[in-house]
Amino acid sequence: MVPRLRRREFAAAGLSGIFAAMHRHDLSILIIDENRLRAAIIEDGLREAGHDRVTVINATDEVARKITEVAPDVIVIDLENPDRDRLEHFFTLSRVLQKPVAMFVDRSDAAAIGAAIEAGVSAYVVDGLRKERVKSILDMAVLRFNAYAKLQRELEEARTALEERKLIDRAKAILMKQRQLSEADAYALLRKAAMNQNRRIADIAQSLITAAGLLEP
Amino acid sequence: MKEFRITAGFLPLLDSLLLVIAREKGLAIAQGIDLALVRETSWANIRDRVAVGHFDVAHMLGPMPIAANLGLWPIAVPVVAPMALGLGGNAVTVSVKLWQGMLDAGVPAGIEPGPAGAALRKVVAESGRRLRFGVVHPHSGHNYELRYWLASSGTVPGRDVDIVILPPPLMADALLNGTIDGYCVGEPWNSAGVANGAGRIVTVKQKIWAGSPDKVLGASETWADHNPEALAALLRALYAASLWCADPANHAEAAAILGGPAYLDCPSDLLQRGLSGRLELIRGEVARVPGFYEPHAQSATFPWTTHALWFYSQMVRWGDIAHTPDNARRALASYRPDLYRASVAAAGAALPVSDAKVLGPDVFFDAVVFDPVQLDNYISAQSVC
Repeated sequence: MVPRLRRREFAAAGLSGIFAAMHRHDLSILIIDENRLRAAIIEDGLREAGHDRVTVINATDEVARKITEVAPDVIVIDLENPDRDRLEHFFTLSRVLQKPVAMFVDRSDAAAIGAAIEAGVSAYVVDGLRKERVKSILDMAVLRFNAYAKLQRELEEARTALEERKLIDRAKAILMKQRQLSEADAYALLRKAAMNQNRRIADIAQSLITAAGLLEP
Repeated sequence: MKEFRITAGFLPLLDSLLLVIAREKGLAIAQGIDLALVRETSWANIRDRVAVGHFDVAHMLGPMPIAANLGLWPIAVPVVAPMALGLGGNAVTVSVKLWQGMLDAGVPAGIEPGPAGAALRKVVAESGRRLRFGVVHPHSGHNYELRYWLASSGTVPGRDVDIVILPPPLMADALLNGTIDGYCVGEPWNSAGVANGAGRIVTVKQKIWAGSPDKVLGASETWADHNPEALAALLRALYAASLWCADPANHAEAAAILGGPAYLDCPSDLLQRGLSGRLELIRGEVARVPGFYEPHAQSATFPWTTHALWFYSQMVRWGDIAHTPDNARRALASYRPDLYRASVAAAGAALPVSDAKVLGPDVFFDAVVFDPVQLDNYISAQSVC
């Protein structure tokens, strides 16, 4: 009994998978994002998921010209775009889109809308599209937006860490020269000052460099 | 005192002033409110973040709550406007080239909308191409006032000139490079267009429609219903901010605070112009425009239902919505003087006797009267040509 049930489940999944793929492939998706890197990350994700008709526009000015040839079913825009009001107005007027656009598919899907806006992405969908046809696209866009934001954060953290190390190295060099200390002792002194004052070592190093600058002739 | 935490979204414009001052001058704290302000880049973002609850309240264009309640938002959420954020603050700026054309057509000095509109009509009639004007959003006072001024002057938007949507920070550049011939926008973006040599301020909102609101405080109805005490405290804080801003002795400080990096991030001189009503119309020509932006006097923060109905009449006029008794009722109910009265009375404010008023022949520049009781007649009499 058990193996037969499993087979039936497989068969059902296979069939709906095929249908899903058929539906997915014929949707035209337009990504409008001035951030080229992020746009590329989203495009990759959509192509990996089997969407072949993906168009990326990096400059808002191109939208009017390109929208005719793209005839999008789904439009993905980043929330940072200051031109969002203009684009939205354009979508509502555009005859190319034929049907009015709605934000997301289902107005009742508050959780999905919240997650997308949290991630910084907004989507417009040609009216009448079924929710399940668009959901994977939106989920993918949200996922990729979050991945990009995480990447940016990590880069920022790495950059900060590098800058802080440089500060600490300079502060150490000042102490070594002024107090004739070894490198290890200079670092120990910085760390002790940081602990005593309940501040970060990099902040102590910055203060020390500033003070040394003031005392220079 | 109770402690409230309120998050408000705003766009970097002069009339975000009351929110900024309520926070920065400790007026929110005095009402027990920890007021967080979040700068946004588009009205669509303001709308979406209010809809999903990221913002409890927001700086909104006057017609925005009405549009929300009429189902014109792509995301459904009822919105209330319990307070106006001052009167005026907008102007119409045209390119130096178009201004030259208007001079040739006999426009007098100054900023009177009647003669300016007549001169513009002549230029439009003789122009070999369609002129384009920018506004920030379809559901905005800018759009409806610009259209009203043009139409009453014999220039029909859509037939004689085009109106396009552009974000405020791009207006001055678009005017300079000739993408548009003029725009209607809030300060400091008119002064910015003058400062960069692109344009001339030809008229102002307060001359087209005297005593009119531009932005309101908007809140999702759900948040307002569930947080009546927090909302009332916020209205009192904003009312106190309007009093502080009304004192000319505070204008320099107000401009410095508002120009700070977290808010408009611009030279305070540019903001002083709108605050003091001493506008540079074109480089080298300064004019005094009393009440250009009014934060307090003339019940400047009172959410008149009449104002909501006039915005509605223009939404009908330009095809945003069909006129039905139910739609008119929804539009009127978007502005909530009852919430304003209940909270601000405690702050010692002098309140209007009624929630509605007749906008008499001295209100609109073309002397057409708007009586809210005669809404049907007003709507059927207005032309769209």
